[in-house]
Amino acid sequence: MKNTFKYIALAAVVALASCEAEFDNPVTDEGFFTSGDANLTNYVAMGNSLTAGFADSALYITGQEDSYPNIMAQQFALAGGSESFSQPLMADNLGGLLLSGNQIAQNRFVLAVDANGNPGPAVLEGMPTTEVTNVLSGPFNNMGIPGAKSFHLVTPGYGSIAGVAAGTANPYFARIASSESATVLGDATAAGPSFFSLWIGNNDILGYATSGGSGVDQTGNLDPSTYGGSDITDPNVFASVYSQQVEALVAGGNGGVLFNIPDVTSIPFFTTVPGQSIPLDAPTAELVNSNFALYNTAVLPGLAGLGVISAEEAAARQVNFSAGVNFPIMTDDDLTDITLILQGPPFNLDAATAGLLGQLRQANAGDLVVLTAASVLGTLADPANPLSINGVAVPLADQFVLTATEQANVAAAAASYNATIQGLATANGLAFVDARSELERVAGSGIAYDGGVLTDTFVTGGAFSLDGVHPTPRGYAYVANLAIQAINNTYNATIPQVNIGDYPTITAANN
Amino acid sequence: MKKVVLLAVFALATAVTYAGGYRVSLQGNKSLAMGHTGVAIVNSESIFFNPAGLSYLEDKLSISVGGFGVFSNVSYQNETTGAFAETDSPVGTPFYAYISYKVNDWFAAGLAVYTPYGSRVEYEDDWAGSHLVNNIELAAIFVQPTVSFKIGDVLSIGGGPIYVNGSVNFNRNLNRTLTDIDGNRSNVTIDATGVTNWGWTAGVMLKPTENLTIGANYRSEIILEAENGDAIFENIPNSPLTPFSNTEIDAALPLPAEMTVGLSYEFCNKWTFAFDFNRQFWDVYESLDIDFADESIPDSQNARNYKNSSTYRFGLQYDATSKFTLRAGYYFDESPVQAGFFAPETPRNDSHGYTAGLTFNVSDRFQIDASFLYLQFDEVDASYDAYFENGQAVPFEGTYKNNAFVPGLGLTYKM
Repeated sequence: MKNTFKYIALAAVVALASCEAEFDNPVTDEGFFTSGDANLTNYVAMGNSLTAGFADSALYITGQEDSYPNIMAQQFALAGGSESFSQPLMADNLGGLLLSGNQIAQNRFVLAVDANGNPGPAVLEGMPTTEVTNVLSGPFNNMGIPGAKSFHLVTPGYGSIAGVAAGTANPYFARIASSESATVLGDATAAGPSFFSLWIGNNDILGYATSGGSGVDQTGNLDPSTYGGSDITDPNVFASVYSQQVEALVAGGNGGVLFNIPDVTSIPFFTTVPGQSIPLDAPTAELVNSNFALYNTAVLPGLAGLGVISAEEAAARQVNFSAGVNFPIMTDDDLTDITLILQGPPFNLDAATAGLLGQLRQANAGDLVVLTAASVLGTLADPANPLSINGVAVPLADQFVLTATEQANVAAAAASYNATIQGLATANGLAFVDARSELERVAGSGIAYDGGVLTDTFVTGGAFSLDGVHPTPRGYAYVANLAIQAINNTYNATIPQVNIGDYPTITAANN
Repeated sequence: MKKVVLLAVFALATAVTYAGGYRVSLQGNKSLAMGHTGVAIVNSESIFFNPAGLSYLEDKLSISVGGFGVFSNVSYQNETTGAFAETDSPVGTPFYAYISYKVNDWFAAGLAVYTPYGSRVEYEDDWAGSHLVNNIELAAIFVQPTVSFKIGDVLSIGGGPIYVNGSVNFNRNLNRTLTDIDGNRSNVTIDATGVTNWGWTAGVMLKPTENLTIGANYRSEIILEAENGDAIFENIPNSPLTPFSNTEIDAALPLPAEMTVGLSYEFCNKWTFAFDFNRQFWDVYESLDIDFADESIPDSQNARNYKNSSTYRFGLQYDATSKFTLRAGYYFDESPVQAGFFAPETPRNDSHGYTAGLTFNVSDRFQIDASFLYLQFDEVDASYDAYFENGQAVPFEGTYKNNAFVPGLGLTYKM
């Protein structure tokens, strides 16, 4: 009797404790959110650093956890998608890579406060623990390979560890590749996707753009094995490898979502450092101008008169400082190189001066100065020489300025890539994210969310991480929402979007 | 730029929230079984419900002790984002101990110890509303010496001072996004124990006829002023931009005044009907302000804007046999929370309480009192709009569904 009572009491307690407050229509019920015509049981994402969750110039765990594919997968799970989404997580939150113990990729940026109390990006100190030769075994749902260009995804050996040291392979792929000769596409399709996303092609123009157009526009060259890292990929090469990838990923009737390529002018790497960045008072401006008087009034007209340069080029190369904030002088490799001519008659300049003037002009409103120029502009090229001010007496190197001509090269290639992407999305009935237009919105009016407005302003805008190129988790969450919208529209699904205000932006930390 | 970042971080950090609607009406098994009525009932629990009733007690000595197990559940969901959470709160255990002694025909005295305020809510850490609360435990023990005088045959009065000893432990994330370098959410725990203060209660009871009893009872407001409580910050980034380090806090939490009027009527020999009307003066709870001792951490002001609320209680008692007394009741409990101030640490909308219970007379001296309450809440779409980021209100919205099951057991000794 006593025991019976005890058991009844115990049973009652258990029953009460398990009486949850049930909703009439719980979001956790099957069918509350639906995947429509899409089969989300195995989502595989392929792409580059954006897909990997790269941010702050590095790949690290928390960034990967907030990659747009991982955010999408978590929302897919609410609509009948798989609960698991495997990512090749790094070993730490420092970022950085080791190859046989030697560091080959820098640690992440954090927002640090310097001794004067000024916050700014700084590389987080510490020895990274992610060793490339410690190969992880897949398959992985996230096949985003930082640094990959379109053709890399189908290049055998891109994941070869030996190739990493030789510079022919990618360490991020090498640490997860199924074999030395594997391709990213091969490993992605081997993961057996029922649904996929593909965002590739950014690096096909970005390397050129971030290096200030110091690479080569390879349009017309159909052999990507001859390309350098900062070159623009030929649009036909892009179209060929991209369609090969889409074809492989849709095989068997898989659904998917394609992203196009944003404009580089939408990202803070190109919009943060103003063109006019050299403050001078009137006497200094006059002094500097006197140094260029000969160049302006004798050399340039003389060369134009000789027919070495056009009258337009002579006009474009005039250097003129005034009181106030000035454009820096710079080297533009699209100008006629007059170094050798200047060393001969009638100019007879010394080699150093001739070299300085060889491809010199003053920057103008059409140029984009890259973020990395911020640490160079106005500083002394030679610390011992107070007159060697970068941008005033020493021209800014070509790698720091994306000129109007170079921007046009980038834009032309991007437009061609985007036509290919949209065409293939339409032809295959795939969802399509117009990332280009959306990033323009971020850079323009910004995107309102429940805690403010997401903009492309460096550090404070919320959309871009401290490298000025890659999004923050909040920026990636916005990307995930765009993809979910596109998927819902294309596949008659009702996958819920996330609240981007719940996702962090930049990380404050001092070393 | 530093200023901008600082402002952002600080603005996010200042919305500490607290419990609301944290009155726990479980002050006796006999009374709870009758819808928690009692202001016009004379029994071993009168010392709480109406001290004036003490001098009407027939027994020389009456001791009642008991407790409850509060099994409460809160579910939250957001149909836009798919966010879902449910609490895994430990069982709450309010208790009471009453002793009443009838000194002579017109004077009685007693001592009551009970726990009329409290809250235990535990969400999963870092859930969707973790910037408002992860978990909270609020407890207060009331000690009330009491006297009661009968004035003639139809009127009695009673009352006494109340000593309160309270504690609170509360944890929430600093905001929606701040983490340390490894992604662990930055959070703060506010902990204050041994917070004491005094209040009082007074009641009057009228027996105009043999069958009809009318009662009124007032319980004063008591402000729990926590001084030198602890604020413990965890997972704070190593940065001068987030200067949160452990410090002390001052804060005040009101336990509002309460007025109850009611009647009971005996009929057909064995039946008693009771009705109580409670009015709780929650409007004292306008805002919760937390003052951090560390001046680099801005003080926190949080609008609450509670409104006065009423509870309507109905109870029925049937003296079935000499061994058993059966009871049942119902009450309707208005929430003091106004629209737009629905915070998840005590997500209370209006509720319906269904009660039942019995007393088993083991002997002339001993009684076992048992009761059961099922508290039913309607599903509600609600939001908390007084959380700010960068000066901008960021409502926390969703659908809530609550319930609570409360079994109770007590023992009464009388002589």
